[in-house]
Amino acid sequence: MSKNMKISERLGALSIKNVTKVYDPEGVNVKAVDNCSMEIEGGEVCMIVGPSGCGKTTLLNSIAGFHSITEGSIHLDNELLCGPEKPIAAQGADRMVVFQHGALFPWKTLQENVAYGPTVQKTLGAKEAMSKAGDMLAEAGLGNFLTRYPGEVSSGMARRAEIVRALINDPKVLLLDEPYRAMDALTKQIMHESLLETYDRTGVTIFFITHDLEEAIFLGDKVHIVTTRPCQLKKTVEVKIPRPRSYETQSSEDFRKLLAEVNEAVHEEAVKAFQAGERELA
Amino acid sequence: MTNTNKTVLASLMGQTTLVRGISSILIFLMVWQIGALCDDWFGVDILAIGLVPPPTDVFVAFLEVIPKIGYWQSWVASFSRVLTGFIVAMIIGIPFGLLLAVNRYFRGIFFPPFEILRPIPPLAWVPASLIFWPTNEMSIAFVTFLGAFFTIVINVLGGARAINISYLRAAQSMGASQFDLFWKIILPGTLPSIFTGAAVGMGITWEVVLAAEMISGGGTQGGGGLGFFIWSSYMGGSLEQIVVGMISIGIAGYLSSSAIRKIGYLLMPWKRLF
Repeated sequence: MSKNMKISERLGALSIKNVTKVYDPEGVNVKAVDNCSMEIEGGEVCMIVGPSGCGKTTLLNSIAGFHSITEGSIHLDNELLCGPEKPIAAQGADRMVVFQHGALFPWKTLQENVAYGPTVQKTLGAKEAMSKAGDMLAEAGLGNFLTRYPGEVSSGMARRAEIVRALINDPKVLLLDEPYRAMDALTKQIMHESLLETYDRTGVTIFFITHDLEEAIFLGDKVHIVTTRPCQLKKTVEVKIPRPRSYETQSSEDFRKLLAEVNEAVHEEAVKAFQAGERELA
Repeated sequence: MTNTNKTVLASLMGQTTLVRGISSILIFLMVWQIGALCDDWFGVDILAIGLVPPPTDVFVAFLEVIPKIGYWQSWVASFSRVLTGFIVAMIIGIPFGLLLAVNRYFRGIFFPPFEILRPIPPLAWVPASLIFWPTNEMSIAFVTFLGAFFTIVINVLGGARAINISYLRAAQSMGASQFDLFWKIILPGTLPSIFTGAAVGMGITWEVVLAAEMISGGGTQGGGGLGFFIWSSYMGGSLEQIVVGMISIGIAGYLSSSAIRKIGYLLMPWKRLF
């Protein structure tokens, strides 16, 4: 995929239509997502912002195939992932998840971690997979850490390696669940720049959940603000700041205006969520 | 502050682990020696400690038993019992624990009886197994096995169930088969717990072997062992030799857990456990 293509021509378009998810543990109905619809174009960076515990992760899990949905449907490039006939999507390498708390396998080195996907899918031989993994990690600036275990590197490096591990599978969509949550502002800045660089290079569709409004605007093409539980689309803000973006973008007038706009919408929901005493869902 | 002004403790803190370890053992022996000879030296008898033979006497007793083949046969006997019970417990316990963890039907069928049998202390099995098994040796081996088995299974089960679900999801998304999932994710993910279980299980095995050797009076058919060594020293009234037996067990236990640590260290380069 080339960055010269227009977004709409790229693969990885997600269409979320009227999705509802009801959790029913022991008869207690908890509606996590309620009639939520979103259209995400191929190659778009789509940021989902909403209060803690509102059901954003549930939505992501439904796309990834970790959870079933109760109603509605999700399509990827016009192919049904899940819908009325098929409540749970098959898990597949076309949608790679980068988890909130990180899920690099601690018992494998960074290189082995990245090589895991092609190896188990048998798309590459073990040797080729390892050398491709090494190349891709080097490209992401991790060339000196190939033989390190995830426990030996910083959280920023681990997260970067995890994104590489996702990308080696050539996914259509990258699903990121607050990947930079626990990081300090400076590390976050570096992670953002590296993600944008990766995006400019691959043009993969990004579905990114976050609480951080500046992060949402800085990275996104669109910011979808969702309501507190049950999760519904409240407002979509388009970010028309041209790419490539750099950190100076964040001090521009346009950026500040967008931030105020998003903040207003989110704040209302945050207050509701706080008053409802929502606990953060892991 | 100059070197000479430092207290003993402060100067010890700066030393290497080896120096500190040796010093602490020497200090321990010193306190023991003084405590044991308090009566002779100061005319003050310290309750209980006054009866313990001083380390010098124990050392002499040690030198006496070292050339004797019987003493080393006790080592071999106890070690082979511990290893037999322990290895069989590992061979049966690890797959059993993993099966309990991954298969809910298997868990439904086998977990309840397992949980009823688990709280029974291994030593409570001694009389029944003496009757049930044809030889003393087999009953000791069986009881030893039980000591390690339950600990290993419960650790493996707990460890495998506690594997971060994100690892499983990530692996499945990347296209891992059930086979890959088991061998490449669940097994390595459980390895730390397997070694925790092994370390604890090894400790229990030694306890059980010693007690079983004393109870079954290993001498008749069972062929001695360190437990019987202590017991016969007790019957012979040799206080020094009892302590020799105890220290031997301490060393044997230390060697066993060092071996487990070493294996764990080699198998889990990502995790320098203990």
